[in-house]
Amino acid sequence: MANQSNAQNNRVMKFLNSKKVVPYILVSPFIVTFIVLTLYPAIQAFIMSFQRILPGQTEFIGLSNYRRVLSPTFYTAFQNTTIYVILTTLILVTVPILLAALLNSKATKYSTFYRASLFIPSLASIIVAGTVFRLIFGETDTALANQVITWFGGEPIQWQYQSWSAMFLMVILSSWRWMGVNVMYYLAALQNVPPELYESADIDGASTVQKFFYVTIPHLKPIITFVTTITIINGFRMFEESYVFWEANSPGNIGLSMVGYMYDQGVQRNDMGFGAAIGVIVLIIIFIVSIIQLKFTGAFKRGDE
Amino acid sequence: MEKQRSFFKKLFINILFVIISFLALLPIISLLVSSFRPSSELMRQGISLDINWAGMNLDNYEFIFTQAPEYWQWYMNSLIITGLTIVLSLFFSSMVGYALAVYDFKGRNVIFLMVIMILMIPFEILMLPLYQLFIDLNLIDTYFGIMLPLIVAPIAVFFFRQYALGLPTELMDAARIDGSTEYGIFFKIMMPLMLPSFAAMAILQGLSSWNNFLWPLLIIRSNDMFTLPVGLASLLTPYGNNYDILISGSVITILPIILLFIAFQKYFVSGLTVGGVKG
Repeated sequence: MANQSNAQNNRVMKFLNSKKVVPYILVSPFIVTFIVLTLYPAIQAFIMSFQRILPGQTEFIGLSNYRRVLSPTFYTAFQNTTIYVILTTLILVTVPILLAALLNSKATKYSTFYRASLFIPSLASIIVAGTVFRLIFGETDTALANQVITWFGGEPIQWQYQSWSAMFLMVILSSWRWMGVNVMYYLAALQNVPPELYESADIDGASTVQKFFYVTIPHLKPIITFVTTITIINGFRMFEESYVFWEANSPGNIGLSMVGYMYDQGVQRNDMGFGAAIGVIVLIIIFIVSIIQLKFTGAFKRGDE
Repeated sequence: MEKQRSFFKKLFINILFVIISFLALLPIISLLVSSFRPSSELMRQGISLDINWAGMNLDNYEFIFTQAPEYWQWYMNSLIITGLTIVLSLFFSSMVGYALAVYDFKGRNVIFLMVIMILMIPFEILMLPLYQLFIDLNLIDTYFGIMLPLIVAPIAVFFFRQYALGLPTELMDAARIDGSTEYGIFFKIMMPLMLPSFAAMAILQGLSSWNNFLWPLLIIRSNDMFTLPVGLASLLTPYGNNYDILISGSVITILPIILLFIAFQKYFVSGLTVGGVKG
């Protein structure tokens, strides 16, 4: 009896240890979480977007959630998000290239210190960062930003209450947090530029600016595409940069983002079907913009490396 | 002449970077300085240049250490959740990444494609269905519910796979001849070789868990389950009656991270820039 179960145990062990079975056991946690935490909710998001969901009763209502999405409020959210994406992309793609190129040049002393200082903001939680920015850009004359403006002879600004300054706050917060990370991406890529190229450019008498545009930039192209892609996607996902300034309700929706609208409708007002419809629209927008951007930067071309 | 020009160029670049570094650090420095100011003054003035240096004191810290048990409850929650997330996600993600790299099996490419796919779907889209699912499963207001979406992280799976591709597979054959099981090979031989990748991923996962906000905001209902970001955000009201905890609490939240960064800079940078690893 004991012998038999031992033999059975052995067979089970052998089966579990065979090279055919082991990889499946090792990847099983991923398969389970993929099905439960990605595949199911992805399908469910589409289904929910056609439903009215009330506790205990759920009914299909066709396209009416999508019809409701085409409202002035969503348009405001879309407009805010799009401007935010454009501004953060312009700043967070280009400025780090310049900083990385300068940091990489021999002219810069204490480069390690500069890198570390640029990087530290990315460690701060968005809530802590938001707290500090709220206090720096407070509406009183005594808050730091207004003090600087008054010192230069300007008028104090009610930062959190005007549409342009609201956008400024969100963009500056995001730029401050992610600048250092993007600088690191570019610095890593700059290590791969063959130094001979700069030497031969020197022999040809190229200026620093020419070297930057004709040697550095072309070599950074793959990483520029990468940084652009993640900046655009993260921009369309924006929520917290607005939440830290106005929670979920900014005056006149000046800080409303698409994901913020989804949170407000889906979670706070418990209208999950409508929230899901907003989510689907956001996904479609991200998808279209990413394709256009990747096509534009030539990422689909083969053998470009 | 040429030498003089290059000297001024150097000087200019270094001055520029001193200014940039100062601006980057300014919010952190001003947070630190403000934490010693009376909270009523801070609330009235905001972060300001007119600092009353003589009026600085440790009151905010005294208050948080003696009269704010809820803050320490949040701190505890964040520590437990972050610790468990790091251990579990590194364990599972390394297993998956390793299997994808060293074994040749049916469906391997499909699974790798799924990893890439999850990387591209924004979490926010899945958020509402997941929220509803977690309500149905009674996972609201539990540590497990907060952690679950981070436990098998596609970015970590991807990173571990890239790293494991470079492992010497000859060692595996030698170990098999010595009678080691496949699991023994992974845990005793390969995992130690993957240690540098574990450090970078521990930092990435730890930081995303420590700073995670939107998902915990949805899933947590009661004050004593709050994580630090959700708890601090609850104090961020226009009425500003909690600025003492908010400001000293913010410092105590980010200071350990900055100290860890200074100690382990290299791993932080590779952890946070992992998306750029080449295939």
